[in-house]
Amino acid sequence: MISAFVFKSLDRNVSLCIAILLAIACLVPALNLLVPADNLFHIPTYAMSLFGKYLTYALLALALDLVWGFCGILSLGHAAFFALGGYVMGMYLVRQIGARGVYGNPNLPDFMVFLNWKEMPWYWYGFDYFWFAAIMIFAVPGILAFVFGWLAFRSRVTGVYLSIITQAMTYALLLAFFRNEMGFGGNNGLTDFKDLLGFNIQSQGMRASLFAASAFALAVALLISSAIVRSKFGKVLVGLRDAESRTRFLGYRPENYKLVTFTISAMMAGVAGALYVPQVGIINPGEFAPANSIEVVIWTAVGGRGTLIGPIIGATLVNFGKSIFTAQFPEIWLFALGALFVATTLFLPKGIVGTIQQILKSRNDKNRAISFNRLPKAKNAEKNADIPAEPLAAE
Amino acid sequence: MYRAIKILMLIICLIMLVPVSESWADQNNRLGINALGQGNFSQVADKIAELSRTGDIALVPVFEALAAGDLYVRKADKTVFVVKENGSELNLSDAVTGAPAGQGAKADFERIKVNNSLRRAVKTAIGALTLLSPDREIRLRAASSVFSSPSTDALELIETAITSEKDTYIKSVMEQARAAAILKSDRSLDDKRAAVKTIGERGDRDALGILSAVQANADGELRTDIDNTINALQSAQALWDVGQNVWYGLSLGSVLLLAAIGLAITFGVMGIINMAHGEMVMLGAYTTFMVQEIIRSSYPHLFDWSLIIALPVAFAITGVIGLIIERGIIRFLYGRPLETLLATWGVSLILQQGVRSIFGPSNREVGNPSWMSGGFELGGMTLTYNRMWIVVFAAGVFLTLLFVLKRSRFGLQMRAVTQNRRMASSMGIKTPWVDAFTFALGSGIAGIAGVALSQIDNVSPNLGQSYIIDSFMVVVFGGVGNLWGTLVGALSLGVVNKLLEPYTGAVLGKILILVLIILFIQRRPRGLFALKGRAVEA
Repeated sequence: MISAFVFKSLDRNVSLCIAILLAIACLVPALNLLVPADNLFHIPTYAMSLFGKYLTYALLALALDLVWGFCGILSLGHAAFFALGGYVMGMYLVRQIGARGVYGNPNLPDFMVFLNWKEMPWYWYGFDYFWFAAIMIFAVPGILAFVFGWLAFRSRVTGVYLSIITQAMTYALLLAFFRNEMGFGGNNGLTDFKDLLGFNIQSQGMRASLFAASAFALAVALLISSAIVRSKFGKVLVGLRDAESRTRFLGYRPENYKLVTFTISAMMAGVAGALYVPQVGIINPGEFAPANSIEVVIWTAVGGRGTLIGPIIGATLVNFGKSIFTAQFPEIWLFALGALFVATTLFLPKGIVGTIQQILKSRNDKNRAISFNRLPKAKNAEKNADIPAEPLAAE
Repeated sequence: MYRAIKILMLIICLIMLVPVSESWADQNNRLGINALGQGNFSQVADKIAELSRTGDIALVPVFEALAAGDLYVRKADKTVFVVKENGSELNLSDAVTGAPAGQGAKADFERIKVNNSLRRAVKTAIGALTLLSPDREIRLRAASSVFSSPSTDALELIETAITSEKDTYIKSVMEQARAAAILKSDRSLDDKRAAVKTIGERGDRDALGILSAVQANADGELRTDIDNTINALQSAQALWDVGQNVWYGLSLGSVLLLAAIGLAITFGVMGIINMAHGEMVMLGAYTTFMVQEIIRSSYPHLFDWSLIIALPVAFAITGVIGLIIERGIIRFLYGRPLETLLATWGVSLILQQGVRSIFGPSNREVGNPSWMSGGFELGGMTLTYNRMWIVVFAAGVFLTLLFVLKRSRFGLQMRAVTQNRRMASSMGIKTPWVDAFTFALGSGIAGIAGVALSQIDNVSPNLGQSYIIDSFMVVVFGGVGNLWGTLVGALSLGVVNKLLEPYTGAVLGKILILVLIILFIQRRPRGLFALKGRAVEA
């Protein structure tokens, strides 16, 4: 039954993409670990880490696409869920340092010793265990999104207003995490990680596993998103996106649909953050910056909102471009990013994938239209004449 | 003949007597001043007090030199000189007469060392000495300085000064200074109680400080008097503090109003979110910088007018840029508000990086004209002129805009488009034209807001970024399409922010405000003053 559900939820493109991701998850670490360094097919560790990072970004962009592309909620605070997932993972990693910190205190993380704290705050309890952290990776962003969404959607905050208050949310979190009193390392954030699940986080094997985990997580998220989008639930979401009032009048409760989607999306973002942190080795409040969330939006827009594969392609392309630009021409990067924002909205409103799909579709339509033309036209024309002019759409 | 000689001798003696008596005072001073070169700090302080009792105003420069560390002792004969350092040489001048006394090598002299308690003694002495100065300003300053560092040594001097003082205001300050000195002296209990009353009437922070300083040593009736006065002062002070915070809040609110009002117009009329609005503010600030640079290099006498010149320039520049953005990008995106948000964000990135490439990433210094610097005291509050002018300026901008919207043809068209775009279009209003000029107007106002903000904030490429989120908060809080909403939103956010700050700290206060706004939006999804009717269901 499950397999029936899975297959029903896949179209050809998505299943192809999942297959590619799974292949990458196996092949790239294998090419990195097993093939000797001087071989042509060897993938260097830094490249693998870099693309592992892009995969987590792609997961974040996919999460945003689920709410923006299919539900019409432009969240300008998705990086907040990403960062929260990252902080949860960071807290677990900090607890794994144990007595190997600079101050060598077995009970307290370094920054707490530095702040002269005597004991751990209550919310740090439990982060010694991976299972607890793993639950929290889903729970913390999920609960925040649930509470926030419950408040916002119930009172029908929509459109631009919703975007602005999500931005306010991430800004408030940014300010809060900058405070030393919060107990999350303040300005410096959490870093200097040593072990993950008992293995050295710097080791090649660990990096390969993290890459594989990121690719696998992305494949699973893609599967889940596809299942959501292709189900009846997903059709209602699209209805909400295109005409919320009409969908409500048809008897659906938009707030419930939006809330479920928003929460799932936030959890995906949290997982992305949790996979991102061990690969870059640091998490700090800068990840909450409103500009980051807006950047995620542009990845999604470039790839194509409302398509599941688009955000993955968009996030990878834009970040690859960013890596090249910031290394080669740091002055130009912001010009390029700004121009990308303007050009995408003006000339590529459907994004890369959306535009390609449109071209393919119009070609199909043309083929169909040719076969249609053979039918007698006159009858249709007569019928149309009887239909009164369509009334103007209500404002 | 003999008699004539006697008379002559008498005359000569009389003539001689005048300079001799003068040099006798000088002699005394010289002895006293030379004594400053010896002994430890407390001994020197005693000598200063002794000298100040002579009431000789000529001693003031010597004391000032002592406090500044310019008083030196010649090692050879222990004579004290006022000295100006000139490389390795020292330019000497006589301590008593102030006449130049040649030069000397550094090695032959030793600086008279001062510590803080000595400086205080010097300040009191100078205060006491200048109490009798003919200049009104100097007397006032002297009385205030005696009040802020009272000492029993000054008591007699200030009492003589009070009897000869004609100016009632200075006299009252002197009375307070006398009261402060009395509390430190060993006068009678009644005198001291009267003094507490006098100081209590002054009612400011300094009075509180002086009473708290003597509180511990007092007992009996005096102690209860002091306690009561301190309590009364503290509650009065708390009120003044609230007033001060409200003032800070109003000034923050007018800054927010300036930054947000242009945004409110474009958002209200066109339904688009202009993320590049903050960059328009930034460009306005940089325009001020450029205008000031030109004035500094070519017309320095116009410097006080620089802001007034910068206003129309900034309005024109940012207005034209706004027009270009609207015609070039935004007009293709109508009906897609979320995409205008992305496109204008892109524009803002380009503008930021452009300014960074041209002017560099660091802060640029924009000067304050003379009428913007300084401040004054109002009761227990301090009001600075730059904050005050910004409040006035924000009010002016607000009223002008209100006038334009309510009384001009363009304003009428704008309101019509806000309320019902299609109907307005049917009535012959060129809505694209209205859109373009609304956007230009909003950007221009952001530009003149930048001129004002350049006076109180750092002019850097990131200037706009720091205001954009706050401006959005104001707009969504106040409600769209209503200038009064923006006004109320900006002022209430500013005041609430500043009233929270003493209890929560600046950052936590801001977080609380953000959370409150998020919760508020749940109650009223369209803000405080929402447009009623079908127009909002777009």
